[in-house]
Formats: sequence, structure tokens, C-alpha cells
Amino acid sequence: MEQLVVSPSPHLHARANTASIMRDVLIALSPAVVVSLVFYGWSELLLLGVCVLSCLLTEALIEKYLMKAPVTIADGSAAVTAVLLALNLPAGCPWWVAVIGSVFAIGVVKMTFGGLGQNIFNPAIAARVFLLVSFPSQMTAWARPASIASAWSLSPVDAVSGATPLGVVSEGLRAGLPLDQIFAENGFSYAQMLLVNLGGSAGELSAVALLAGFVYLLARKVIKPTTTLSIWLTILGVSGIFYLYNPSAYTDPVFNLLTGGVLLGSIFMATDYVTSPMSRTGCIIFGFGIGLQTMLIRYFGAYPEGMSFAILLMNAFVPLINRYCHQPKYGRA
Amino acid sequence: MNKLQIIVRGIVKENPTFVLLLGICPTLATTTSALNGMSMGLATMAVLILSNMTISAIARFIPDKVRIPSYIVVIATFVTLLQLLMQAYVPDIYATLGLFIPLIVVNCIILGRAEAFANKNGVVDSALDGVGIGLGFTLALTLLGAVRELLGGGSLFGWRIIPSDYNILAFVLAPGAFIVLAYLIVAFKKLTK
Repeated sequence: MEQLVVSPSPHLHARANTASIMRDVLIALSPAVVVSLVFYGWSELLLLGVCVLSCLLTEALIEKYLMKAPVTIADGSAAVTAVLLALNLPAGCPWWVAVIGSVFAIGVVKMTFGGLGQNIFNPAIAARVFLLVSFPSQMTAWARPASIASAWSLSPVDAVSGATPLGVVSEGLRAGLPLDQIFAENGFSYAQMLLVNLGGSAGELSAVALLAGFVYLLARKVIKPTTTLSIWLTILGVSGIFYLYNPSAYTDPVFNLLTGGVLLGSIFMATDYVTSPMSRTGCIIFGFGIGLQTMLIRYFGAYPEGMSFAILLMNAFVPLINRYCHQPKYGRA
Repeated sequence: MNKLQIIVRGIVKENPTFVLLLGICPTLATTTSALNGMSMGLATMAVLILSNMTISAIARFIPDKVRIPSYIVVIATFVTLLQLLMQAYVPDIYATLGLFIPLIVVNCIILGRAEAFANKNGVVDSALDGVGIGLGFTLALTLLGAVRELLGGGSLFGWRIIPSDYNILAFVLAPGAFIVLAYLIVAFKKLTK
């Protein structure tokens, strides 16, 4: 005789688990990883390897010896942090900086709070900010190989030092140059920013590769588009207002969307389950805060780029946002 | 409680930084190096011992309703003395610690010990309590300063240990103070349990 099972809801379960979601995120990151490997060669491969190895090792050692708990590095969450961190570093940065960043991301930001699901801040973004504050020269040395061939040659490579478009613009504006002159002198074009934009962190190389990852995450229903779109719209809106007000002193909206860490941050780091709000209203507020702060830092701050600071600051607001945007209880007004 | 216990209690069981979590503002702000942390700790200890002794001696004459303002007057007197002495004899340290020397007046460790210990106990015991709590504070600040100086500046009491290229600057800045203090509290709890 068949038994009648009486149990509380939910009765339908999705098949997804941590490992499958993290696998999807890694697949979504792969276009950006491939592009960065092609253009930065050995130095990027080294950074990627060092980050993955030290993130996994830190998590395993802490779980085994400090927490005396089962080791969960196979769920892939530490690997996602490692790849994101590697993509957030300039390709030429020394390997020991990547080790310090990995240990900080996993050891301090993630495991101190109790591991996956307990951390307040996104480990990769917190580690990037920590490194940027700690090693200002190494973290802003945007050296890059002269060509793809020299990136993969075994002999010591020729490196070209180049500033990021955001850095060039902020230097130029400080020197009192009008914007159209800066754009013309440096040969900035939207097509270049969309396809291959040399200079900047390894993961900021190609907007198309990041967008491909975004489409994959949406198609697999790993993330909802709310947070990302909210960030984009806020950036477009805020920079649109300033651009209309004075086009020779404030960069235009499309430039702001395509340069720096906006795409990488808004697609892969602001959407982290653990450190983003739960409700849709919450995600809209969260995204608005990130976009607004990014633009304020870009226009008025001391740093040319503010995406990582904005995400980190808004991460701290997530508990508060969750408190005020929770779903109303069923049956109550 | 015997005399030794009063001193040890201030260092271990009632350590002002790691257990009572009092006086956190100077703790975080002045511990950019081991020497700065130690100077701040010693300055606070000097004021604490003198104010504890004075307050325990005059506590019987102070009406209950005005005791806090009276304690502040006593503490402020000693802080002013200390400030002038430091300005005269150790001008370098005085310049580094800056505003935090006059701010010892409102350090809650000192007011806390006046309220919790000195006004109920004898002059000798109060002095020993000042020594104990002061030592606890000094040791904590020196330790915090040493860790931050080593990681963030690569040196210890000014002796270079790590080449300056490898210094993790964030530890000398404010976030580093919070992070290192948190880990030291964890370690202290683990060791004294």
C-alpha cells in the first residue's frame, strides 16, 4: 500500500545545487578568461593558476585545521572567487600579490564569517579593494605585451605600459584638456571598447566576452537580470544627466558603461547570491546604489574607477535592504 | 583578593582592550606602529594610576550626584600635566599622538575604573588596579601596533624586517586596525579560555 506523505512546502525542488551553479558561473566566465589568456599570455596564465591554487588551498587548510569541518572546495565556490580575483588584477601584477589577495579573499572575507553563505562582502571584490589600497603601484601598473606573439613567446617579453581609458580621461581632465581632444588623441572608439580594450584589469578586456557570459547565466536561470540592469540604467542615467549638462567635462554614458569594471562587476560580482539582496525591489535599490556611487567616484573621486568600491559599500547595506524589502506575509495587509 | 591578583586580573581576565573592549578609539587610531601603541598605553597608564589613587582618596568627600564631573576634573588635571611633560621631554611622540593625548580625559577605561573600582577601594589597591589595567592596555596596544607595523610597514619598533616593496599598506590604514584587532581578540579568547 502506498503511503500518504504529509510534509510542509516546498514540494517541488530544483535540481540545482551549489556545485552546478558554480559550474555555470565558471562556464559563463570562460569567454572572458579565454580572451584574457590570448592577449596577456603566460603572465595571465600564471596569475590564474596562482589564484586558483592559493584560494583552494586556503579554504581547504582553514576547513580542515581551524574549523575541523568537512572540506568543501569541490563545490567550486572558491574556484569562482579565484577566477574572479584573477580577472580583477592587472595582467602584469606580481604573483605574490595574487597570493596575498587570495588568502585575504578566502581567509579573511569568507571563512572568518563562517564560509560560503555567511560572508557579508563578496570575497573577490573585497580582495581587489584590499590589494588596490595596499599595493597602489603594482595594482595600477597596466603593462601589457606588445603583441599576441610576444605574450606567448618563451623569451622575456616586451611589455608596453598603457593606462586605462578611464585613467587617461581623468588625467586629461585634470590637466584641463577638453574631452573630445582626449578621445581623439588616444584614438578611443566604441568598437574597440566593445571588442578588445587593452589596458585595465585582465577581465575588462572584452565587453563582448562578458556579455556572452551574461546571456549564458540568464539562459541557465542562474541569475536574474534585475541587479545588472539596475546598475546599467543608473550609470546611463547619471552620466547622461552630467553629459547633457557639460559634454566637454563629463564622459558620455556609453563610454561609462563599456570601460572599467562596470560589466565585469555588474554581471559577475554584484549578482553574487550571498552578498546581494533577496527581493526584486531590493536588487533595484542595490543596483541603483552601485551605479550612483560608481559615477560619483568616477566624476569627483580621487580614483579614476569606482566600481569595486561601490559594490563593496553596497554589500554592507544588503542586510538593511533585505530588512525593508522583504516579502509581505501571506494573508496580511 | 590579594595584591598580585589585582594586577593580573587587569592584564588577563579584565583586559581593557581584548575583554572589556573599552577605549577602542585610541586603540584603533594610535596603533600604526609598535612604538606609538606603547607610548599611548604608557601615557594612559600614568594617568590611570594617578587618577585612581586620587579618586579613591577623595571619594568619601564627593557628593554622589556630582561624582562624574568631579572625576573628570581630577582626570583632566593629570592629563594636562602629562600633556605638558610630554611636550617638553618627548616632543616627537607628542607630535605623533597629537590629539589623542588630550583625549585621554574622556577615555572610558579611566572613568570606568574610577566608577567601578577606585571609589570603593583603598588607595594602594586602586594604584595596583591602575597598574594592572594600564599594563593590560599597554600590552594590547603594543601588540596591535607591532602586528600592524610588521604587516603594513615591514618593521618592528623601527627595525626593518620585510623589504618595503612587500608591505601590505592596508594594515597601517584604518581597516587594518579593525581587522587585526578582531583577530587578536579571537586569539586572546582562545588562549585564556
